[in-house]
Amino acid sequence: MTGPIPLPPNARARLPTPFNTSPEPLELIAQGAESLLYKTTFLSPSQPAALKIRPVKKWRHPTLDKRLTRARILAEARVLVKLSGEGIAAGGGGRKVKDPKREGEGVGGMRGLVPAVLGLDWEGGWLVTEWIEGGTVKERIYRVSRAGTKGGGRVGEAGGEGVEELRGLLRKMGEVVGKLHACGIVHGDLTTSNMMLRPFGTASPESSKPERHDEASAQSSTRSASDVDQPQATSTSQTSLEGDIVLIDFGLATQSVSDEDRAVDLYVLERAFGSTHPWEEELFACVLDAYAHGEGSGMAGKAGKTVIRKLEDVRMRGRKKSMLG
Amino acid sequence: METIVLPHLPDHHLHVCLFVKVHNAQFLRQQLLDGNVDFEYAFLDAAVLLSRQHVLAACFRAINGMLQDRLKSKNVHSEIVFSLSPNNNISDSFRRFGVSEITTEILAVKVGNDQMQVEEHLRKHVEGQAVPFTDEILTSIRNEARIQRAYRVETSSDQADAFIIGSMALKGS
Repeated sequence: MTGPIPLPPNARARLPTPFNTSPEPLELIAQGAESLLYKTTFLSPSQPAALKIRPVKKWRHPTLDKRLTRARILAEARVLVKLSGEGIAAGGGGRKVKDPKREGEGVGGMRGLVPAVLGLDWEGGWLVTEWIEGGTVKERIYRVSRAGTKGGGRVGEAGGEGVEELRGLLRKMGEVVGKLHACGIVHGDLTTSNMMLRPFGTASPESSKPERHDEASAQSSTRSASDVDQPQATSTSQTSLEGDIVLIDFGLATQSVSDEDRAVDLYVLERAFGSTHPWEEELFACVLDAYAHGEGSGMAGKAGKTVIRKLEDVRMRGRKKSMLG
Repeated sequence: METIVLPHLPDHHLHVCLFVKVHNAQFLRQQLLDGNVDFEYAFLDAAVLLSRQHVLAACFRAINGMLQDRLKSKNVHSEIVFSLSPNNNISDSFRRFGVSEITTEILAVKVGNDQMQVEEHLRKHVEGQAVPFTDEILTSIRNEARIQRAYRVETSSDQADAFIIGSMALKGS
């Protein structure tokens, strides 16, 4: 994630209703090929929220464009709602338990570890989710990495400072991916920038305790250069790796329990990790170990080991199995 | 009586009033059934309301639907009741979330109009005690079993708010 991106003058007018006429602060956080991500407020002025807008693509036939937008918004929201209802919903929202042994430990594990859906409009092409406090895992690792270099030698190297903390973080990553897979979902785009490290005690689906710091920063338009680099950095937890990992951006997520899809999910993360954090690459084994053996993984045991074995096949041939597309 | 301005919807003020110990629910319900235009409110059964956020999510959806000319029910007020429901059955949503003859806790929501007028009218016609519209009070009058049945959740609805609000948002898709 980069810092807030300055808006072109008439950007707001092009947003879907009611955001085109909204007086609320809308801060462009990220821009992808498919969508724009804004930070704003929703339902209450003190509740920060993430607004994901899929703008109309003028080069597509309007009917096709509508259908694709609708399908993608709904796919993402359905996955998020399914995960938030996991273990508590009586019907479709709960996961179908494939391996009865896992029942109990895995159930409900993802609840609270994905942003809650607050509202959406598939015609208008927008989705609002809860705002997750804390920075991305990517930023955190960068920061630890930078702090580590001061003492000479990189964090990733054996004996470097903070390496144990980092290992702990990577284990948490593996466990959260394991939990996700155990729920019958593959993320589709696992990277360290699609994982947030939310400091303990800042989870507030009801937003009963609005984050003063963040609210202030949402409204101020002037920022220092270092702020731009780390938009959600809280000064107190600069290098702390404490917190829950919350997965975000389920735009490419699908419902699947196949070992192949799960292995590809891990492979994507492995490759992304290697190129984003080359100095820490050798620590990635922690992620896989926690995935297959971790206490809170949900994929611990036989199922996890099968996926890891499959991952070796995927490494040999790459992400695409069919070689057709 | 509280007036709420939802973010992004500055032109559609919500006038909200929570009543407890109401004993003329039957009369209020009859006004709705008769289509009395003076009683264009969303009268919600407060026992099935989880939190302010829960109510406001339904209001946002209803007003957004109105702005896009996509109301599934008669007007924005009935749409608020309908928006609370996780399914597409309008009469079912009124049965579960709307005022019934024996309802004693009622949340009245009015979209637009003058606050003074709304307040006066409500106080005149709702025989009950007005209390602040807060999460604490909603929690104290909540009927856990009915919420669980309405949204088909198996545990305390406190942990289910994300799922419940998400289900409402996905309704009709």
